[in-house]
Amino acid sequence: MTRTITTPDQTVLTRRKVVKGIGAGLIASAAMPGYVQAQAAPLKLGFQVHRTGIGASYGRWYERVANSALKVVNEGGGIAGRAVEIVFEDDGTDPKRGAEVVEKLVSQHKVDLIFGPLFSHVVIGSAPRAGELKVPYLVCSEGNHVASGLTNRWTLQPGITDVRSQVQAMAPWVAQNLGKKITMIYPDYAFGHDHRDSFEPAIKAQGGEVIAKIGIPATETSFTRYFAQIPRETEVIYHVMIGPSVLTFVKELGEFYGTGARPEIFGFIDSLEGVDMTAPGLGFLEGTHFWEGQCRYKQADATDAETFYRAAVGVDDNGASLADPKDVSTYAHMFSVWETLFVIKAGIEASGYQTTADRQKFVEAIEAMTAFDFGREHPQGEKIFNGKTHQAFGIQNISKVTDGKLIRVHRTTIGDGLYPDQVDYTTQSF
Amino acid sequence: MTARILALHLAVLAALFAAQFVLPSYHVTSLARIMVLAVFAMGYNIAFGYTGLLSLGHALFFAAGMYGAGLPALHFGVGGGTALILGLLAGGALAGAAGLLALRTAGVSFMIVTLMFAQAGYLTILYFAEYTRGNDGFPVPATARSLFGFALSGDRMRYMTALLLFSAAMLACLALVRSRFGRIMVAMRENEERSRMLGYNPYAVKLTALAISGLYAGLAGAAYALLFGYAGASFAGIQYSILPLLYVLTGGAGTVLGPLVGTAVMFWLTDIASGLTSAWLMVVGVALVALTLFAPRGMLGLIRERWAKWLP
Repeated sequence: MTRTITTPDQTVLTRRKVVKGIGAGLIASAAMPGYVQAQAAPLKLGFQVHRTGIGASYGRWYERVANSALKVVNEGGGIAGRAVEIVFEDDGTDPKRGAEVVEKLVSQHKVDLIFGPLFSHVVIGSAPRAGELKVPYLVCSEGNHVASGLTNRWTLQPGITDVRSQVQAMAPWVAQNLGKKITMIYPDYAFGHDHRDSFEPAIKAQGGEVIAKIGIPATETSFTRYFAQIPRETEVIYHVMIGPSVLTFVKELGEFYGTGARPEIFGFIDSLEGVDMTAPGLGFLEGTHFWEGQCRYKQADATDAETFYRAAVGVDDNGASLADPKDVSTYAHMFSVWETLFVIKAGIEASGYQTTADRQKFVEAIEAMTAFDFGREHPQGEKIFNGKTHQAFGIQNISKVTDGKLIRVHRTTIGDGLYPDQVDYTTQSF
Repeated sequence: MTARILALHLAVLAALFAAQFVLPSYHVTSLARIMVLAVFAMGYNIAFGYTGLLSLGHALFFAAGMYGAGLPALHFGVGGGTALILGLLAGGALAGAAGLLALRTAGVSFMIVTLMFAQAGYLTILYFAEYTRGNDGFPVPATARSLFGFALSGDRMRYMTALLLFSAAMLACLALVRSRFGRIMVAMRENEERSRMLGYNPYAVKLTALAISGLYAGLAGAAYALLFGYAGASFAGIQYSILPLLYVLTGGAGTVLGPLVGTAVMFWLTDIASGLTSAWLMVVGVALVALTLFAPRGMLGLIRERWAKWLP
């Protein structure tokens, strides 16, 4: 006998149909969770953070920016419909530990890709391991080592212009507005050497010359004896320092000249990144100029994108934390983390990335990119991306210290910073 | 050499061989790093643990090995085998040269002189940044990262190479410390004046021990560069003079297996602590203080003192 069940809409169900339905339901329920889970499984991004060591003042803010960008991404629906997680691991700003962290993120935390490191020796020490593990490694390090071909096909720098380009873009303005006889003061290691080696030909092309090059060990804590080497005929002091002693460096520079006559001073904000401009002893900086990747102080013509970004990363109009006005951010550089995360988003969505087996497709998708439009995802400004050299090129800012604040007086074009390709990573095998 | 001692050390090597098949991949690579660093520590132990030479300059010998292998590979394209030998010799030669001068001093003066040599080496690397790439360092070219046609960048080959080097270093160390010369080294550590009265030349013995120690450090530095693909000035910093001392003190100075134990404990302690807190150095510090209080002779030193007096 066949029992029939009549539903309200008069569809007739036989027992056989019901059993079939239940069977199909069971099969589907067995299969669906996996499917749903696969769809819902979050993307896991590794972040190599300088929580300790010489880069800690940057690392602290880079971690905050990464978390802020993550929040925006997830609130906007994630990446390719998947939620996103970031796993942070401290590399101690040390290249040996950096390589171990790359390994840990990939092998232990099973991340899809890695991003975030700033310090060049950490990047150069970690990139070989990223290449061996065949994991995309998106760095925020400014150094010329990516574009110069020192790394490998898995290493990309899409979020910030490299030093060579920055310096080249600065030189014409310096020569035309400040002077042509330059004394350079820089950290005596590769980041400083990038400045030294790039600025000299750039200023020469403008009819200027570097009359003295003063390299200072990055671990130095006292600087006055180096200032004695500045030649008398110097028209412009070009300075860039990094590390925990930057405030001492700038203060001692002020003490060296006192209230007497001094050359024009042009610095990269690295010398004061994370340092309060109103700190005692910095008054002599009034009227001097700085390079800034992104302007620390909110400018009168701030765009919606810039305002949105500033609020999202928790920074006030003076570039300090909203929670603590004395906690000054690394505003000129940290946008690179934000922008890199949005490049990752674009890369994953363009490549159809699903699992770690698609890592190569992801790199190829990034290599195929040519430009990033200005907007909330790229609040520092529009950029062009060179897929062959894995390097982004953007605009740069020159600001003048006016009433203790940095006010932009010049903005370069992207074209000012372009230079011939040094490598073509796309010809390298994966 | 008693069968018991040989059996223990061969069992350790067998366990290390087996570990690559049972440990997760992250820890396999970590263990490869540990074995290379343990060779460095073993060399340090020959100078400090057995001969009583408290050096603060071993980063120089490690870096000599690293750059001795890495620079010829970078600038002249030499292969992995040649680079490894050059690194080994660079470490030994530099240790011998430094020892010629430093061994004219003793105790605290020896520490200061060796520290000074190491700092001079570090600054030399920075000074000649045009060739050494300074603080940034450089990735070791792929051409040098192979041995007998096998790529050292592969996980299995890297592990086996590290194991092979560690095994050779450990068995050589075992043979050394149980040899006549090994006993003379210990005699120098225990009572240099009495050894001199017995007719031994302390300067020659200590110089030889330091040179052997440098060979170990050079081998480790060269292996680190070739296996992990990077050479940089940070490996020449003061930290890398302190680390082998910590490894040896943790594992047990004057024990053959102590450096391996100490390196492994310190490596994983750092690894785990840094995942939990940014104050991981404090965790490491507390662990070292505890060790000093409760096991001043190190972990294997404690075992030897209480339960296994036969441990070499």
